[in-house]
Amino acid sequence: MTARTVGVGIGADQLDTTDMVLNIGPQHPSTHGVLRLRLVLDGERIVSAEPIVGYMHRGAEKLFEVRDYRQIVMLANRHDWLSAFANELGVVLAVERMLGMEVPQRAVWARTLLAELNRVLNHLMFLGSYPLELGAITPIFHAFREREEIQAVMEEISGGRMHFMFNRVGGLKEDLPAGWIGRVRHAVATVRTRLSGLDDLVSGNEIFRARTRGVGVLTPALVAAYGVSGPIARASGVDFDLRRDEPYLAYGELADVLRVVTREEGDCLARFECLLEQVHVSLDLADACCDRLDELPQGPVNLRLPKVLKAPEGHTYAWTENPLGLNGYYLVSRGEKTPWRLKLRSASYNNVQVLTELLPGCLIADMVAILGSLFFVVGDIDK
Amino acid sequence: MKGLAKGLAVTLKTLTKRSVTQSYPEVLPELPPRSRGVIALFEENCTVCMLCARECPDWCIYIDSHKEVVPAREPGARDRTRNVLDRFAIDYALCMYCGICVEVCPFDALFWSPEFEYATDDILELTHEKDKLREWMWTVPPPPALDEHAEDPKELIQARKAVEKAEKAAAAARAAAAKAEENP
Amino acid sequence: MTDSGMQLAAVGFGTDVWWLILLKAVLIFAFCVVMTLFAIWWERKVVAWMQMRIGPKYTGPQGLLQSLADGVKLALKEDITVKGADKAVYIIAPIVAMVPAFMAFAVIPFGPEVSIFGHRTHLQLTDLPVAVLYILAVASVGIYGIVLAGWSSGSTYPLLGGLRSSAQMISYEIAMGLSFAAVFLYSGSMSTSEIVAAQQDTWYAVLLPVSFIIYVVAMIGETNRAPFDLPEAEGELVGGFHTEYSSLKFALFFLAEYVNMVVVSSLATTLFLGGYLAPWPITAVWEGANSGWWPFLWYFLKVQAFIFVFIWLRGTLPRFRYDQFMKIGWKVLIPLSLVWLMLVATVRALKNEGYEQSRIVLWVAGGVVALLLLSILWDAVTPNRDEEADAKAAGPEPFDPMAGGFPVPPMPGQQLPPVPRRNVRKPEPVGAPAAAELPADRTEGEA
Repeated sequence: MTARTVGVGIGADQLDTTDMVLNIGPQHPSTHGVLRLRLVLDGERIVSAEPIVGYMHRGAEKLFEVRDYRQIVMLANRHDWLSAFANELGVVLAVERMLGMEVPQRAVWARTLLAELNRVLNHLMFLGSYPLELGAITPIFHAFREREEIQAVMEEISGGRMHFMFNRVGGLKEDLPAGWIGRVRHAVATVRTRLSGLDDLVSGNEIFRARTRGVGVLTPALVAAYGVSGPIARASGVDFDLRRDEPYLAYGELADVLRVVTREEGDCLARFECLLEQVHVSLDLADACCDRLDELPQGPVNLRLPKVLKAPEGHTYAWTENPLGLNGYYLVSRGEKTPWRLKLRSASYNNVQVLTELLPGCLIADMVAILGSLFFVVGDIDK
Repeated sequence: MKGLAKGLAVTLKTLTKRSVTQSYPEVLPELPPRSRGVIALFEENCTVCMLCARECPDWCIYIDSHKEVVPAREPGARDRTRNVLDRFAIDYALCMYCGICVEVCPFDALFWSPEFEYATDDILELTHEKDKLREWMWTVPPPPALDEHAEDPKELIQARKAVEKAEKAAAAARAAAAKAEENP
Repeated sequence: MTDSGMQLAAVGFGTDVWWLILLKAVLIFAFCVVMTLFAIWWERKVVAWMQMRIGPKYTGPQGLLQSLADGVKLALKEDITVKGADKAVYIIAPIVAMVPAFMAFAVIPFGPEVSIFGHRTHLQLTDLPVAVLYILAVASVGIYGIVLAGWSSGSTYPLLGGLRSSAQMISYEIAMGLSFAAVFLYSGSMSTSEIVAAQQDTWYAVLLPVSFIIYVVAMIGETNRAPFDLPEAEGELVGGFHTEYSSLKFALFFLAEYVNMVVVSSLATTLFLGGYLAPWPITAVWEGANSGWWPFLWYFLKVQAFIFVFIWLRGTLPRFRYDQFMKIGWKVLIPLSLVWLMLVATVRALKNEGYEQSRIVLWVAGGVVALLLLSILWDAVTPNRDEEADAKAAGPEPFDPMAGGFPVPPMPGQQLPPVPRRNVRKPEPVGAPAAAELPADRTEGEA
């Protein structure tokens, strides 16, 4: 903290200006949750920023150690509540790998489809909430109408709207309901046609562009230093996407549909555009999965499991491309029915750390723009 | 300017369209049969095996029971003991709606129902006892039909296997009979 | 201002009986409050429709009583005074914000002469030879309320909100005043009723389009409405100047904001849209449109149209950033109004000299300036390319942390980008040059 002194004249000591400390959060409308930022301000300009995390720490990793693998699925889908399906996926992939389990084809494709639908849900949420933070109150309702289309099909198959709890070790909980794929296709088509409205409302808007272009530029070096991942990293030109670079599920076979969206600018606008375009890619992927599911022969979607499921002794690291970035589980088992340790690497935790670098020198209004464009979920930060 | 005009046009256009709001208390939402609204208990099926209570990740199921001696029906036979359910309660303030209890129940005593209107002012009133849980049983919908590519239900597979087995056995028997006829 | 204008303004005003003046004052007060309630409801409805929702519908028919219910609820809420607040100023501030908003209505013409209980009187409380200046003066006092509220709350967010609002009001009032000056040049009067009367033939919005546009932009800035709602930017400053206010005090700010909206809309109607005069297609088919109580309807509709624009903008646009907003105010609106004012003055002078083509000149010049305005606005909104280029000038990074698609540590001699951490206890060089680099950077940054 520095104090600027006017060193001449009478009353010079009274004219000292001191920096102001502003606490953004833990209760603040634009931290959507309980993230706290301690800003030191010089007027409206930020001198330094420090994210203070942990207000919502729930000890997920410790809880994992005293839960069996089915219960872990339930716990794991809760840290990032906007990408529940993708969170579950990492856990079951890790356990399946430890067990050397071969998951039925239909389950693999259905999982891919659901993971992409989940990605759309997640991205639409941020596409709506980001303009809201910049003061445009309408786009979020458009985004939520689109979300509702996808929510309906997700609810139909899993019974849940946020915490789907649909993955099981060895496959999925239940088979798809009759006619569900048709409804997914319809929902995907509806969302695709309506996305242009959101586009007109937000990304073409001059005020929005002026607020976001050139603001909060994240360099590839910073991305690498802080372990930033997902659409935020790709907006800075870091072309890294696990779905393509280390394919899991059925992504290996979807290589011709999967387009990794990247931008070079690394500013807030690039991050927003990345997200918007990823929705289009995800919708295409979902369509491709639907086609494939229709062609697959009759078969199960899960495997019969033993009464007590124990992962063999050993360790493995399963990471997935979650909607918000890399999500990894490091599973260490000692042959018990609970893991000995299950380390969670969540995307948002790394992504928000970079705020200390991005915020200094910005205005408070830019802070909101940058914070929103880092697309974080507080539960994912605090675990 | 063009972008602003476009945005203004979008809002003006939506202004004239019908709203998508669901007027909830007047119009009830149509929920799919798999919706995880509330857990209903089919008390008659419960054998107090405690599996659900043990598997629940946050232990929100409370079960009390006592043993009852069922006197032998015929003289000479042994008396049997039977578990009688005294209390079955789910604390919905704790429940995380994961459905593990429904899944582990080996006797089909627990079911999901899309019923959701049981919010209260007091957290203590969220612990629902077995009478209430039994009442919710009436709201449980039949499960949806499965996709055409889905595996056939276990019963069907078993029945088919049984038929195959029986056919095989019959064929074998016929063959044996034929053989027996040939060389008596 | 001409002498005749002064005389005309005085005619018919200040001659009413005392009970008629009282009645008009009470009616105007009631009108303001009812308009506020209606505007809040209307805003919530329109924004809801724009967002595919229904909006308030349970309280009263179509939810019309919703804002009344909210007002009652607000009044019954706990009144909290923050510990760090400067009590006296904290209490006075909302009153200071609200009273001038009502006072401005004293000179707004709602209609021409009508008869009330047999008395011929103007539908206007009073008029002054300098009525528009009076409105400007009164509106500036209202800003004190907001500034004082921000300061006296003794809290960071309101302070920032108050600061923003004082700067905002000051810069936009200049543009606003300059746009009025063009109107005065044409009407030859500052009395509101005179200005309306002078628009019998052509509205000033048609005659002075640039002034009109500048005024509309400035009036949105003046009322702290989206996209210029910086003093109360929810996502940034929580509630801005009224963050620490609750109950009736908060309600007063709310009331002041909406009354202000009606005031500026009324002023725009009066100065540019012909006040209570009927729009031309109606006057063409219907002779009696401008007689009796009908003009009040035209006035009301025009004000409603402005309020709809307010709501429409709020429902669509994101908020400007503070510096962009200032840029528009000082670098676009003020120079433009100055140039325009000079143009108008020249044309007026030419006309007084008796040039017939002056009207054509004005039209052409108006078109040119309107184009200029658009292009300057465009430049203000699109960011500066040079600044962008300057902001981003990072050197080539020799260290590739994802070499071979897998995270790798830096090789000796390669340098990691600095990673600031909390509570670095003792920066100890560990020997490797790359590691030694880190704490050095750190201390530099701290100094």
